[in-house]
Amino acid sequence: MNRVLVAEDLYLLRDGLVRLLQAYGFDVVAAVESGPELLKGLVELRPDVSVVDVRLPPTFTDEGLQAALQARTKVPGLPILVLSQHVEQLYARELLADGSGGIGYLLKDRVFNAEQFIDAVRRVAAGGTAMDPEVISKLLASNAKNEPLAALTPREREVLEQMAEGRSNAAISQRLYLSESAVAKHTAGIFGKLGLAPSDDDNRRVLAVLAYLNSR
Amino acid sequence: MRKFGHVLWLLVLVIVELLTLASTLLAVILTFGLGMVFVLPPQVRMIRWVAEVTRDLVRASAGIVIEPPYLPKPPPPQPQADGLYRSHRTLYKSPRMPAWNNLWNWLITDPATWRDGLWLLLDPFIKLMLLPLLILLPGRGLRLYGLWCELLLAATASSRLAGQVNRLNRVRNLAVDTQAAEMRRIERDLHDGTQARLVALGMTIGAAEQLMESDPNAARALMAKAREASAETLTELRRVIRGIHPPVLAERGLGDAVRALAIDSPLRVSVEVDLPHRPESPVEAAAYFAVSELLANAARHGGAESVEIDISGNGQNLRITVTDDGWGGADPAKGSGLSGIERRLAAFDGVMAVHSPPGGPTTVTMELPKVLPQHWAGDLPKLPRWKMITVLFLWSTAWCPLFPQGIVAGVFKLIDFEEKSWFLALYLPEPWQWPTIAFMILLGTAMFVAAVAIPAHHKEAPRAPRPLAGNMGFC
Repeated sequence: MNRVLVAEDLYLLRDGLVRLLQAYGFDVVAAVESGPELLKGLVELRPDVSVVDVRLPPTFTDEGLQAALQARTKVPGLPILVLSQHVEQLYARELLADGSGGIGYLLKDRVFNAEQFIDAVRRVAAGGTAMDPEVISKLLASNAKNEPLAALTPREREVLEQMAEGRSNAAISQRLYLSESAVAKHTAGIFGKLGLAPSDDDNRRVLAVLAYLNSR
Repeated sequence: MRKFGHVLWLLVLVIVELLTLASTLLAVILTFGLGMVFVLPPQVRMIRWVAEVTRDLVRASAGIVIEPPYLPKPPPPQPQADGLYRSHRTLYKSPRMPAWNNLWNWLITDPATWRDGLWLLLDPFIKLMLLPLLILLPGRGLRLYGLWCELLLAATASSRLAGQVNRLNRVRNLAVDTQAAEMRRIERDLHDGTQARLVALGMTIGAAEQLMESDPNAARALMAKAREASAETLTELRRVIRGIHPPVLAERGLGDAVRALAIDSPLRVSVEVDLPHRPESPVEAAAYFAVSELLANAARHGGAESVEIDISGNGQNLRITVTDDGWGGADPAKGSGLSGIERRLAAFDGVMAVHSPPGGPTTVTMELPKVLPQHWAGDLPKLPRWKMITVLFLWSTAWCPLFPQGIVAGVFKLIDFEEKSWFLALYLPEPWQWPTIAFMILLGTAMFVAAVAIPAHHKEAPRAPRPLAGNMGFC
């Protein structure tokens, strides 16, 4: 569960990421710096999780994202955490489009908070999702005119945000200082108002919420 | 009968011309002899009026369109920051003198003024000389007269160029102004935002350094604060970067950048993009910011719920249409947003048309001429391989039937040249020779035509929609 590949073109950042991951007990099997290397590494090594920068040589456009998407068509559900200097809903949609989980999309700043970053890496490795809070807040903002969403209580909205970022009930209860049963009650309320079928599986639940928010 | 009417008008105009000529002579004497400069401009205007009437008449009678050659009128003088008006090296309290100077320069330095004068001087004689022709053969006469007028009244190449230079100057000034304003905005953003935050960050870290020994707990709290501050600085910087050149635009080009805008917008936005090639990056940026501004306008002022964006290439022109279902009434003269877009587009000779009746819907069409790359050669590799091979084969072999076996053999036969060389037709029995030559020429021509037509036809064939990455099924 801890073989990890790192793709980042800036030496300092790559080195920092490798050190950070090693400090938390991950085994960094490859650290690459370009798109073609990344695709090769993803498909051949099939790491348990990969941390990938969007902008990579040779084109310095969205090389990393394209490699990630391509690798996931070859190896469905290959867990990949995409890092970027900016987040776009467009890219989030493309990453989530296959609906198979094991995907993360975070701002590079999130690395500052090592605990939370490692938590996200572990979540993605376990087949879950990790969406940047900024993606989620933009997603909710563009759903502003959505009736069922407007009907949520402020608390339910908070829980929805946390859930959309990819957290389990236990993690949400910790972050919002609520009891786990209270969170379960809120999630049931949210699913009822949005007209989604409730599910006990955390990962599937998160994907359902994201699909709902993206369906506009 | 109408022609005689035109001729009659021309003759009536002679009287006007003679009167104008007389008053012009008087005005020139008054101006340059007695210094009564104020009589000249009205006089020049009068000559221009006579010339204009003649131009209209020539267009109606001979169908010769003569464009007025005059330089554009100078803009009214603008006060400086101190409220004074500047004309060359003199400052004036009121705009009257500078305006007069501009008017004088505009009229006197325009070569068209002097050409008009020459025309006025000669025109009565010309009319007199053409009079017999005008009466006997009015059609020919009017045409001849039109050509004469065109000689002196039409825009010369240099005046047309001067007009173009004028326009380009204006566009360049606009572009430079817009760019300078952008630079100032970016500088302000960096100065007030990012820079200030970095200073604060440095101070926090410095304070933490001080406290490290004496109060490790407080130092740790400060370091946590510094980390937060650095994250905020990054957010701020991201905002600035987005304002300079949005990252999606750099990474994906105009189509996906506009799609990203559409997803971020609270409105229902549908995007249709049909661009075979990416335009140059400054063009992409101008188009992107224009669409972004229009989307923001529709959401903020237009009361719109859904927006349709259509981006397509029309030959080398880029055309963008943005339609919203808001309450309309948008006016480029009022909204600074729309005029901002116009300024941005002007740098690329782009134009914008706003159709926004009260009650909506609002349609804004923008067209940027000649900004899309024309990839003729770039299209060839997209041909299926068999077509590619066929075209190459045709190009490399079509010369053989056409030139040596067809045309050269024909020439040899015509001049009864002894040598048969390798010309197939000449070895055949006599009755077959001409038909074979004709066939060879036809075959070669057909091969050349096919070599041109196959790729051209392929290019025109409806393009399959570009496969889009990911789930694009939003509307």
